Amino acid sequence: MSTWAARLDNPLSARLRDPAATGALGIFLGAFAAFLAIPPIEARTVTWPIVVGIVAVALGIWTVSRGRRRLGWGAVAAGVLGIALGMLATRSSTENLGSAFDATLVAQTFSFATPLVFGSIAGMFSERSGVVNIGLEGMMLMGAFWGVYGADKGGSWVVGLLVAAGVGGLVALVYAFFAIHLRSDQIVGGTGVNFLAVGITGYFFVELYHNNPVPNGVSLLPNVRIPGLSGTGFFAQAIGDLNILTWASFALVILAYVVLFKTPIGLRIRACGEHPRAADTVGINVYAIRYGCVVLSGILVALGGIYLSEGPQGNGSFIFNMTNGRGFIALAAMIFGNWRPAGAFGAALLFGFSSALALKLQVYSSSAATLFQILPYVLTLIAVAGVIGRTVAPAADGKPYVRQ
Amino acid sequence: MTDPGPSASPEQAAAAGTLAARIALKQRAGGILVPVVTVVFALVMSGIVLAATQHSVHTALVAFQEIFDGAGLNWIFHPTTNLIDISAYNLSQTLLQTTTLILTGLSVAFAFRCGMFNIGGQGQYFVGLVVANWLGVDFAGMNPFAHILLCIVAGTLAAAAWAGIAGVLKATVGAHEVISTIMLNWIAFWVASWLFGAGGPLQNSTQPTVPVSNQVSSSARLPDFWGAQGFQGVHVGLFIALAAVVVFWVLLNRTTLGYEVRAVGFNPDAAAYGGINVKKNLVRAMAISGAFAGLAGALDMLGGTTNYQFGQLDIPFSQVGFIGIAVALLGRNTALGTLFGALLFGSLLYGSFHGLGSSAVIQPELAGNLTYIIQGLIVLFIGADVLILYVWNSRKKLRRPPANPAQPAKATAA
Repeated sequence: MSTWAARLDNPLSARLRDPAATGALGIFLGAFAAFLAIPPIEARTVTWPIVVGIVAVALGIWTVSRGRRRLGWGAVAAGVLGIALGMLATRSSTENLGSAFDATLVAQTFSFATPLVFGSIAGMFSERSGVVNIGLEGMMLMGAFWGVYGADKGGSWVVGLLVAAGVGGLVALVYAFFAIHLRSDQIVGGTGVNFLAVGITGYFFVELYHNNPVPNGVSLLPNVRIPGLSGTGFFAQAIGDLNILTWASFALVILAYVVLFKTPIGLRIRACGEHPRAADTVGINVYAIRYGCVVLSGILVALGGIYLSEGPQGNGSFIFNMTNGRGFIALAAMIFGNWRPAGAFGAALLFGFSSALALKLQVYSSSAATLFQILPYVLTLIAVAGVIGRTVAPAADGKPYVRQ
Repeated sequence: MTDPGPSASPEQAAAAGTLAARIALKQRAGGILVPVVTVVFALVMSGIVLAATQHSVHTALVAFQEIFDGAGLNWIFHPTTNLIDISAYNLSQTLLQTTTLILTGLSVAFAFRCGMFNIGGQGQYFVGLVVANWLGVDFAGMNPFAHILLCIVAGTLAAAAWAGIAGVLKATVGAHEVISTIMLNWIAFWVASWLFGAGGPLQNSTQPTVPVSNQVSSSARLPDFWGAQGFQGVHVGLFIALAAVVVFWVLLNRTTLGYEVRAVGFNPDAAAYGGINVKKNLVRAMAISGAFAGLAGALDMLGGTTNYQFGQLDIPFSQVGFIGIAVALLGRNTALGTLFGALLFGSLLYGSFHGLGSSAVIQPELAGNLTYIIQGLIVLFIGADVLILYVWNSRKKLRRPPANPAQPAKATAA
């Protein structure tokens, strides 16, 4: 509180000259330089991106000279990147730009982000309680297959959801037994779960469906149409017709924040992840909390998985190994978001945006769109390298606890 | 086992709680028994799955026999060098698979011995493969020996540098190698997809619409030592892989570098106290680890199973880097153990995909997935040292020192 008070007391001009503020402004202007050339602003000359980009670079250099090197170089890089992207955008045709940057891009960002949000919040519960869950990928795959199986046999997407959640929780329970009671190495155990999930889903996909797509007419996860938001308006296209699980993922972020940071149970979970011995001393059952969190994580990530097969993109069909690394991206989003719900949500949206944009970039060049897929991974690598602020894992994350 | 493995006292090291130390303890406690029990257990479990879904124990037993025959292991009953004999041909293909898995297994094992989990073998394999393809296509007509050497060395070094990124990140800013190698995997995955994809720089120059690379020129192809006209033979890369096993053992057990790497793996703090530069060794171990995986990729491109070219669509189906994890864990990160682990998984892979693939016992696609299940079970159970030690304890009173939670396993925090 005192720092806030001190900041308020400072004259406005002093706060503006603060290197942290100039660096942040530089990064913002660098990003803005690129956006000047694309809809809805659509500057058609290259001048404005260059001017704004140069201002960003100048602010960056000023920030570096004031000692905030990391932030400053970030602003310089953002400025240069902004100029380059801005020049690229002004060279391409307006129709192409219009088809790439429109309201459906927003809708698709949310759609691509949904499984990542579920996965990253799932991983967060597990890791906040002190268990690394690298098996997210496998649990997501299990959710994708058994969810579609449940919807097919049960005749309703609700059954599919329940089956996916149940199977995800069950796999997580097995993993939790290995990680908590058997004190197996958690990375090795999680890797085992991933292999096992590929094998089990692949095996039963052949056994039950003979490698063919699930029969037509499977009950799908419905979209939620917002009354009064229809037609071709920006908001109608962006959020008027999102899937029910996409809305649920938004709610989940808020719920996860409240549970983890505003309730006694959240405090207990975090205590188990930071210092299980201390938690044990004050009477918290560390094993019970960790089991609960890992199982919850399996349930949540399986819901992300069913979105892949039963959501608008999967259309009710399962494909061998269809998660294709999304569980790992969810893990990356959690780390990128520094083990916090809002941060993970932001990272998931960023990664979803890059996937959606890669899809749209097909109009320019499919080979460039392929290359664009590396963006989330490069960003995460940069994040763990500590360029954009250091990410800090829970202190006891991944460390087996032995009761005494 | 001729490989003596870690020489420091495993019990003391286990108290420090690093991953390598726990594995060393298991090695002392379980000997060769632990991996054998794990494999038998995994086979039995997958057999139960088979028997339950096919409603017949007999079918399951026949399926396993078909895997055995499909891998060409029945060759030992009537050995012949003639590839027209089906068991000899199957065995030759199993050896090809094994060649790759030996190297990806050694890759994972080397990093483990330094206390790191290199999950990025797949990406490093792609880097070696891409570089070998690029040089193998571009320098057509060179002296074959020089050309092959150039491709192998460049592919290996490129993969070493690629893995070195993760080592440098760990040494300088403490970024966890599991996360960084997973990210490097996917970057290599998509970059390779771009390079080999339609319009990509390494894509086939004669068929612009087919997302496949050019074939490596004949001057860069590895000669076969066991082959016949019209058959895919076994190339000399097998001997390179076997040499790599020896190099791994000598490097780790008979050199200063290996001593330092193992010391850091047991206990980085003690190693630092003893005057060992921990950061240097982390980078070095990661780079050497990547070199093994890159060598695997280069050999696969210049000979091996890819038919001298690689396509965008082959990339998602390549799993050898990940299987290397199971190979190394099963071989308990020793040179000789990795060799046997690679032979087992090579047999399982080829035997189930191709042996059962042509049989009428069960659906061919089931068999391939069965291999994933077996692999998953092996990895899952090999990591559960407490369970295995518990089983072992009931035989022989060996007390595991209580793990100290204040100094937990280094390689597990993500």
